[in-house]
Amino acid sequence: METRVIGKSVPRKEGREKVTGRAVYVDDLTFPGMLHGATVRSEAPRGRIRGIHFEGDIPWDEFTVVTAKDIPCQNCIALLIEDQPCLAAENVNHPEEAVVLLAHVDKYLLEEARKRVRIEIEPLPAIFTIEDSLARKEIIWGEDNIFKSFRVEKGNVDGAWDAADFIVEGEYETGAQEQLYIEPQGMIAKANAEEGVTVWGSLQCPYYAHKALVRLFGLPKDRIRVVQTETGGGFGGKEEYPSMIAAHAALLAMKSGKPVKIIYDRAEDMVATTKRHPSRTRHRTGVTREGKFVAMEIDFMVDGGAYETLSPVVLSRGTIHAAGPYSCPNVRILSRAVATNMPPHGAFRGFGAPQSVFALERHLDRVAKAVGLEPEELRRRNFIREGETLAVSQVVKEKVDMGGMMDRALALSDYHAKRRRFAVENLSGPIRRGIGFAAFLHGAGFTGSGEEYLASEVAMEATREGKVRVLAGSTEMGQGTNTIFAQIAAEALRLDCEHIEILQPDTAMVPNSGPTVASRTAMIVGKLVEAAARGIERPLVESGLLRAGYDAAGFEEACRAYIDQFGPLKAFVKYEHPKDLHWDDEHYRGDAYGAYGWAVYVAEVSVDTRTAEVRVEDFVAVQEVGKVINPVLAAGQIEGGVAQGVGFALYENVVWREGRMVNGQMTNYVMPTSMDVPPIRVFFEEIPYERGPAGAKGIGELPLDGTAPAIANAIANATGADVRRIPVMPEALMEMMEAVESGHA
Amino acid sequence: MPEAARKVRVRCVVNGRELSSEAYPMARLLDVLREELKLTGTKEGCGEGECGACAIEMDGALVNSCLVPAMQAEGARIRTIEGIADGERLSAVQQAFLACGGAQCGICTPGMILAAVNLLERHSQPSEAEMREGLAGNLCRCTGYIKIFESVVEACRRTERTA
Repeated sequence: METRVIGKSVPRKEGREKVTGRAVYVDDLTFPGMLHGATVRSEAPRGRIRGIHFEGDIPWDEFTVVTAKDIPCQNCIALLIEDQPCLAAENVNHPEEAVVLLAHVDKYLLEEARKRVRIEIEPLPAIFTIEDSLARKEIIWGEDNIFKSFRVEKGNVDGAWDAADFIVEGEYETGAQEQLYIEPQGMIAKANAEEGVTVWGSLQCPYYAHKALVRLFGLPKDRIRVVQTETGGGFGGKEEYPSMIAAHAALLAMKSGKPVKIIYDRAEDMVATTKRHPSRTRHRTGVTREGKFVAMEIDFMVDGGAYETLSPVVLSRGTIHAAGPYSCPNVRILSRAVATNMPPHGAFRGFGAPQSVFALERHLDRVAKAVGLEPEELRRRNFIREGETLAVSQVVKEKVDMGGMMDRALALSDYHAKRRRFAVENLSGPIRRGIGFAAFLHGAGFTGSGEEYLASEVAMEATREGKVRVLAGSTEMGQGTNTIFAQIAAEALRLDCEHIEILQPDTAMVPNSGPTVASRTAMIVGKLVEAAARGIERPLVESGLLRAGYDAAGFEEACRAYIDQFGPLKAFVKYEHPKDLHWDDEHYRGDAYGAYGWAVYVAEVSVDTRTAEVRVEDFVAVQEVGKVINPVLAAGQIEGGVAQGVGFALYENVVWREGRMVNGQMTNYVMPTSMDVPPIRVFFEEIPYERGPAGAKGIGELPLDGTAPAIANAIANATGADVRRIPVMPEALMEMMEAVESGHA
Repeated sequence: MPEAARKVRVRCVVNGRELSSEAYPMARLLDVLREELKLTGTKEGCGEGECGACAIEMDGALVNSCLVPAMQAEGARIRTIEGIADGERLSAVQQAFLACGGAQCGICTPGMILAAVNLLERHSQPSEAEMREGLAGNLCRCTGYIKIFESVVEACRRTERTA
């Protein structure tokens, strides 16, 4: 099909502002009379607050001070449930929990004052590991420390083990990971009793913050306004926590009567805000001599931290992805999200799937070895095909060809030749080379009935000059929302992207198109943008003002004539869930996602056996994500996701002590630099998805799933190390290599 | 009042204009640029010289302005992102970042563009190793650096074509 702008790498819509430094981020905004706000936090992981003391030579009467007592309505950050307080009142349940807020016009004095607030806490015993939480060493949440559990059953696992010639077991772990957007979190609030509350800030989900502020202040919805400023990266880290900062800034603004700005410095951002959930996965897999899976039993656990927040949803996605793109007749997945006295873990690109996919894809290389098959051969014999069912009993209706994609990825990376060559070369010299891969899928959009409940809305309006404005709550945070929406609307209206304007998300101006998460923006919201564009075109055509085959001038002329004759030209669309997608939430069965991205990633590594340092030397990423709307942006998504996956696999090690991150600095929490990334070679197969805009599916999270296991498998290939945990720190790898040398691997 | 807590006058040339500002001697140059001179294109990512979001050119050298005390800027020639374009005409590096997808969220972009400009001043045709080394002080969490490398190569091509 001939397209105008879809499939073309039109430049980023807000790119000019970004390359000139004119784009306005939250810290670039200043209001007259503005105060700076700061947060005083708990040092103890768990305890009772006995007193708050304002000490030192500080002019305390100049400060606005807010504690839980100042909260007008409900003391919670409303999300799925309301267990997380906005400010701890009687108890603290994790280190860095917010207790007191301060505001002052002088930010240097404010920082001095923060250090002189002493929160007196009577300590209570705390727990910091999944094991201690499961063992109920202390009950810190609910009756059993369990936020959520799921059970997926397919076939009859208990009756299937007899048919297995091999049973392979294994346990795998992933660490916490910091999103590390380069723009730290921040908010500015204005608030007063008459006009209500307005906040501006760096966030992914304006309507999440809106909901939280409505509960906190007990104000009508139209008296709360949330405006997104240019957002310097999110990756999930700005999904939920911005609601907390918005609440804090708004409380200080309400009490002081002045605008209040809270900008976290890097250390505060790293220690206090959410991270990827640490996980532990146990696999038990039954396989025949021919390499066919007969049973998979998976036990998947994530550490949710001290409050529930988004953990049930993270657990859900991790659970559904835990059995991968394979067909196995008997599958059982048990999963639990448990409470510990750590700051709550939260959304991070991939949302539970990178954890369970790491475990599976690492495990399958071990299964292949046990069966005596090459890793690619084992997978080939079990890949899911159209018409077969996934672990959640979803019948795959997409034209998926994992085998073909794997062959392409292995050919592009010269996998077979390298595998042979490295086996010989690794016999001498200090450098060992290896190559490994992972095969995986990632569901786009909210899980199960999620999109139905969200019921997202998009509006569009045309101006008399023939410009078309998109009104949606979906945010641009670097991933390309503005550009993609412009391309979709322009294509549907036969215009160029210059004709399309994207309104800045502002809850007073735009409808709720749902959170900007879950690889849903291009596919789900984009489809609504496409429908809204048709809703603009239709009245123009029906009124006879727009003729078939029109050009831009014709469109402009038609808009002018229509608005002069009939008044405003607007369209409004609401998501309708496809009738043939069914989800049974009780049994966790059915159509978990409308569509999946499918991928095979290959990593080549070198390991210096003297230092146990790993370098990723080459990376090939082959994926099928439907029609690619903008090749440069799409490749940018994959490359950036792969780099984050390199960090997840090798460098990004959160060091915890008594529930507190102790390496909360970029100096000692290490993310990949320009010296560390391999060439990342990105390839798309494009099978248009009939329900996506112009055939597109979701893409954003996919690259996080397969990168780390591909690297771990490559390390195992290079060294023989039985990698079970990421990040693979050199000291751990050294021990694993010594075990290989001594024959104990 | 201790000496360090008294504001001093700092005069420097920023983006070709002579400017003067009152600042505490040990105030961060980053804050002077952003708060006193309202040049908010220079960003703060970490405040400890790791991320390079606050990178500027000072007397031709690429520096992290979060680590430079204001008094050190006395008499210096400073270039920030606001001084890279020629009016509304983007520089070759800026054009290349736009064309190649070198900017995603945009927060590292001002510093990254300064680093790229500085690199190309030192090496008009940098090798891949020189390019990686030249950008190593600037962290980007969005792109995986690949599109930034492509932008630098494209900027060389554009500069060569117009030279």
